[in-house]
Amino acid sequence: MNDASQLAIGAQNLVRRFGQFTAVNDVSFRVQKGEIFGFLGPNGSGKTTVIKMLTGLLPLSGGDASVMGIDVRKDAESVRENIGYMSQNFSLYSDLTVKENLTFYGRIYGLGEERLRKRMDEIVQLNGLGPYLNRLSAQLSGGWKQRLALGCAMLHEPKLIFLDEPTAGIDPVARRQLWDLLFELSAHGITFFVTTHYMDEAERCSHVAYIYFGKLIADGTPDSLRELPEVRPEGTYRVEITAPEVTRALRIARTLPGIRSATIFGQSIHALIDDDLDLEQLRELLLKQSIVVAEIRPLAPSLEDVFVELTYRHQAQAEAQRA
Amino acid sequence: MLNPFRGFNAVFYKEALHVRRDFATLFFSLIIPLLQMFLLGFAIDTNIRQINTVVYNADGRRESRELLDRLRNSDTFHVVRFVEKDHDLTDAIVSGKCRVGIKIPVDYSDKLLHGMSAQVLVLIDGSDSSVAGQAINVTTSIGLDESLRRVLANSDAPFPVDMRPKILFNPDSRSPNFFLPGLTAVLLLNVTTFLTAFSIVREKERGTLEQLFVTPVRPMGLLLGKLLPYLMIGFFELCMILTFMRFVFSVPIHGSVLLLAFLSLPYIFVSLSLGMLISSKANSQAEAMQLAFLTILPSIFFSGYIFPRETMPKFFFILSYFVPATYFIDITRGIILRGATLTHLWVDALALFTIGSLLLVVAARRFHNKVIMA
Repeated sequence: MNDASQLAIGAQNLVRRFGQFTAVNDVSFRVQKGEIFGFLGPNGSGKTTVIKMLTGLLPLSGGDASVMGIDVRKDAESVRENIGYMSQNFSLYSDLTVKENLTFYGRIYGLGEERLRKRMDEIVQLNGLGPYLNRLSAQLSGGWKQRLALGCAMLHEPKLIFLDEPTAGIDPVARRQLWDLLFELSAHGITFFVTTHYMDEAERCSHVAYIYFGKLIADGTPDSLRELPEVRPEGTYRVEITAPEVTRALRIARTLPGIRSATIFGQSIHALIDDDLDLEQLRELLLKQSIVVAEIRPLAPSLEDVFVELTYRHQAQAEAQRA
Repeated sequence: MLNPFRGFNAVFYKEALHVRRDFATLFFSLIIPLLQMFLLGFAIDTNIRQINTVVYNADGRRESRELLDRLRNSDTFHVVRFVEKDHDLTDAIVSGKCRVGIKIPVDYSDKLLHGMSAQVLVLIDGSDSSVAGQAINVTTSIGLDESLRRVLANSDAPFPVDMRPKILFNPDSRSPNFFLPGLTAVLLLNVTTFLTAFSIVREKERGTLEQLFVTPVRPMGLLLGKLLPYLMIGFFELCMILTFMRFVFSVPIHGSVLLLAFLSLPYIFVSLSLGMLISSKANSQAEAMQLAFLTILPSIFFSGYIFPRETMPKFFFILSYFVPATYFIDITRGIILRGATLTHLWVDALALFTIGSLLLVVAARRFHNKVIMA
């Protein structure tokens, strides 16, 4: 366990019920200061609810949460004082200029004129909004809107910033630039809590958690998750099979002995193979079914593999419990 | 840190920027009331004059022509055609060309001269009740008057009863005097309710409201900051309407303008609260628009603004007590037309304050539960 002062977020057995429905079910995790914490899960699985609980918008039905050392139950207001938040739709006032948006959020956080001007300069330097200061934010492209929104969220120099799907609907270049910016800020000691759908973004996080219908089913660094025994059962390994007619190949691969599971990834198949079946044997097996393999190679599981595997297991467990 | 109005300045300033940027909305919210004023002030006259009338004078002699002249001189009837057949008489009414048909029978003069009772048929188109009512009143009173004159013609005795109606406060029965004070109440409600509801729903649509809740802004600071600009607009609008009413439509203000301004405050709070209630329910501006109409219709139809409350069926009469505009219309008409003071209007004022504060509490609670905690 790390020293409590190094803890940005400590969530202990969080529960949130809406009537009969349990949206967040006994969720615990810790985020260390300086981490980029990726919070993943399908739509409606409780990601936003957790954010709302951590920012004091939703009372907890059970459990405890501390954010930057402050108890959310006791002093939600101080929590909000110490965090930045950027929502998925960049929550800007489109009929106000870039400068007016920044000024508004600066005043909301109670920045004096002097400090506001200084921070505004720093942020403009950081995100390059300089030429657009007097432009209405409605006229900015998606990527610039997002930079402005991030700027608004960090005017008051929060040490922890929540980003709720920061890259939904923006172009790949802007996506890449945002992540570069996050790494730069992270190096200055700012902690990020990021929700996302993109697996490549998850791979970039230093710490990842996966929530599935209210239950946290994965929590750790991307590398440690890849090594989980559930993901890489004893006596198996993962391969990538590239073949033409990939859908037919998949259908056949699933029937072969020694292949535990197989899914399509783009133009290739990711498969979980028994250890006693080596690559050449596999190639032969497929050839017998008249599938000519172009390439076949061992593969470390991707985070997507990890989440798919864990989700299946979780569903199987849930069904077993019901039965 | 514990300032419950934290964020008020920032929100107020930002809201003022919105109003300034969205000049079109502001313009229309101020211009449309003016248009309505001009419509009601100039175009609509509830006094019924010059009803199109068709006459079938089967008699044609002097007595019958005298009767027709008296009807014409009343200013109520405008004889547009003469017919020679019963059928044409009804036809003129059925076709909508005339609203009143008068048939003087062939023996009218004879009967009068022989001291018998002469009958005159008056056909009235009942499809417009106020026209029909006016036509009945005027024809019967002319008939009565004519009879009395004939009965008393040979004696020097004066009329036994002499009714002398005197209309206080609006002696010429001018329509603007009646309509515009009520219009003030209706417009004030419309504009502030719309603007408030829209300003909140717009932030809901954009997601900025959600963003604000994650900042240290206090709910009170946020709401007041958002509402105050519209309260000011509402107040400005009131002054504008009163100015136009006084100087363009020459409706005299008999009472204290200050009292009127003071009593308009709880009323503006009512409309702000209604706007908030709407915004806690509606998720889009279109939805807000429909809900706003829902609140505005009762204040037009059940408040006594157009139709007198006293003639309403019991149910609606009771309903009208729950319509805030009812009280404010009482207040505006009272102060403007009758020069009433607080001693006359305190019941209305109390009712308005009560409804205003109740609504504000309900709206704030609902807003808290449905919007902040959603």
